[in-house]
Amino acid sequence: MPAEQSVKIAVRGLTKIFGDEPEKALELLAQGADKKTIHERTRQTVGVADVSFDVYEGEILVIMGLSGSGKSSLIRCLNRLNEPTRGEILIDGEDIVGLDHHQLLETRRRKFGMVFQHFALFPHRTIRENVEYGLEIQGVAPEVRAEKALTALRQVGLEGWEDSHPDQLSGGMQQRVGLARALAVDPDVLLMDEAFSALDPLIRRDMQQELVELQNRLKKTIVFITHDLDEALYLGNRIVLMKDARIEQVGSGEEILSDPATAYVERFVAEVDKTKVLTAGAVMHRLRSVGYLSDGPRTVLRKMDEQNLNALFVVSGDFKLQGMVRDEAAIAAVQRGERSIEAILEPTVDPVSPDTPVRDLFAPLAESPMPTPVVDDEGKLKGQVVRASLLQGLAENTNSDSVEEAA
Amino acid sequence: MIEIPRLPLSDWIDAGLDALTDQFATATKVVSDIMETGIEGAVDGLMWLPPWLSILLFAALSWRLAGVKTAIGTLVGFLLLWNLGLWEPTLQTLVLVIIATLIAVLIGAPLGILAALSQTAYRIIFPVLDFMQTMPAFVYLIPAIPFFGLGPVAAVFSTVIFAMPPAIRLTTLGIRQVPTDLVEAADAFGSTRWQKLRKVQLPLAIPTIMAGINQTIMLALSMVVIAAMIGAQGLGGEVWRAIQRNEAGMGFEAGIAVVILAMVLDRLTQGITRDVRQASS
Repeated sequence: MPAEQSVKIAVRGLTKIFGDEPEKALELLAQGADKKTIHERTRQTVGVADVSFDVYEGEILVIMGLSGSGKSSLIRCLNRLNEPTRGEILIDGEDIVGLDHHQLLETRRRKFGMVFQHFALFPHRTIRENVEYGLEIQGVAPEVRAEKALTALRQVGLEGWEDSHPDQLSGGMQQRVGLARALAVDPDVLLMDEAFSALDPLIRRDMQQELVELQNRLKKTIVFITHDLDEALYLGNRIVLMKDARIEQVGSGEEILSDPATAYVERFVAEVDKTKVLTAGAVMHRLRSVGYLSDGPRTVLRKMDEQNLNALFVVSGDFKLQGMVRDEAAIAAVQRGERSIEAILEPTVDPVSPDTPVRDLFAPLAESPMPTPVVDDEGKLKGQVVRASLLQGLAENTNSDSVEEAA
Repeated sequence: MIEIPRLPLSDWIDAGLDALTDQFATATKVVSDIMETGIEGAVDGLMWLPPWLSILLFAALSWRLAGVKTAIGTLVGFLLLWNLGLWEPTLQTLVLVIIATLIAVLIGAPLGILAALSQTAYRIIFPVLDFMQTMPAFVYLIPAIPFFGLGPVAAVFSTVIFAMPPAIRLTTLGIRQVPTDLVEAADAFGSTRWQKLRKVQLPLAIPTIMAGINQTIMLALSMVVIAAMIGAQGLGGEVWRAIQRNEAGMGFEAGIAVVILAMVLDRLTQGITRDVRQASS
């Protein structure tokens, strides 16, 4: 993530009370009462309590929490499907809480696309007509919207299904239509409310991967709601963890796993957390290529080039880890006319054993962009752990568990 | 014993109705004349065709809208009515039912939409519907006479009042039954209230609304028969005559004719409902 990120959505002191006497609840809330107490005393339900956070341009921000934590109420405040009781929601610096009805419709049309848990496709419309809905509402000419709908359907891989009806499609395909419907209006912000939760685990995994690929191309700002930590870790650039209408912690997946801000987060993370049982051996990647001490700088450069790497682990003849070579150093050595890589050999990040619990890998990975080598008791190189493989490994492990449970 | 004076409720209602009659006398007279001409014209027009041809046309319509079984039923049923000499009163009843249903739906559907979208409207309209539906049907006949005089128009008036509630109720129900997430989806894309209604809520409510119209037709048929007492012609008139002359056989013939007409109308509207549902899903 680049450091100089601009804020797309700024949420400040947002509170949502459900009920007809919000004032009473606000008063108690200000005194620090919790959701349960407020409900007992005033019959008002606190959906969101004094929540503040930023969503950066182009990131996937995951709002995570168990059911009743307020995450769905919160996402519905962002486009005012829920009318906020207090607070500000600034989108591109404009407070949308103050907008009148007409301006609100305009903002919803221009800035937002929304994807729903149970797809919410219109059963009486064809796939094309569903995808066209947002454009139709805006009064876009039929030819133009047909073309845009087709583009959106192509993006989600559903070309050729235009004239079908939603009930003829599988769940996964229906949610692609949901996604296409949101993308068709070319929104700045995608709101995804438990978008993949109703899908079975295998399809779900596919959809997560596709969303990431799509996001790499489209660079939308995405607010994604889930109750699933693995999904949050896989998708989220940053995660907002909610409990009882309040935010418990905001941070990257690594931060939340390795440095839980509260006892609740720790418990939440522990329940689903595989980092304590999962080992480096389980999440490491095999090495696609290694350098040998006998290799010259040209050889290691060529190996790096083939595998598209910018550094290479170097081993001795019996595969014991000796160090690593970076591409810049190797290029320099070639230019200096050196024949051996001994001079450019650098120490690696401290190696770990295959039995090291995954939770102990966060610190070295956070400190250095270089992969962490995994070596066995004899010092032989077995593989490497990079940030991506770590998170992916976590997600995969939990997902395969849930597949077995489901089967 | 202390005597509690009797509440002059009937006096109040009479006074109210008199005032209304005086107020709208000219208007009701005009409406009455136009409608009477229309009803007579429609019946005469249908009678102008030879009965066998009309019956064939009805059967063809049934075939088109509801399939071959209903078409055969219509053919056999209507031929029987013709044979019994009840073709003209059947047509009179049919015209009254159709006109009353049209008016009931034209008024009822918008009221139903209003009650679905506005909680205030709902709180006003639905108790009135409860009142309308529990009031004995005969009572509606009485105020119809001062408004429109004896005859088919008074019959249509009381029939509309009696048959309208299901059209309102099921329109409201149909719209309120549209799943929340679909309404949310319409809102999330920035639909105006009208766009949401026209593109999402109404199309999805149509099967339910059609069920309401079916019920309205059935109620209209039963009320049109009762309205024979205030001068509606048709099958009800035949039953009424049979009662006065104490001729059970003739009464049952007319009664059976009502049943046949009811079955045909029911199958036809169900057929239309199926078509609409297929077209909208």
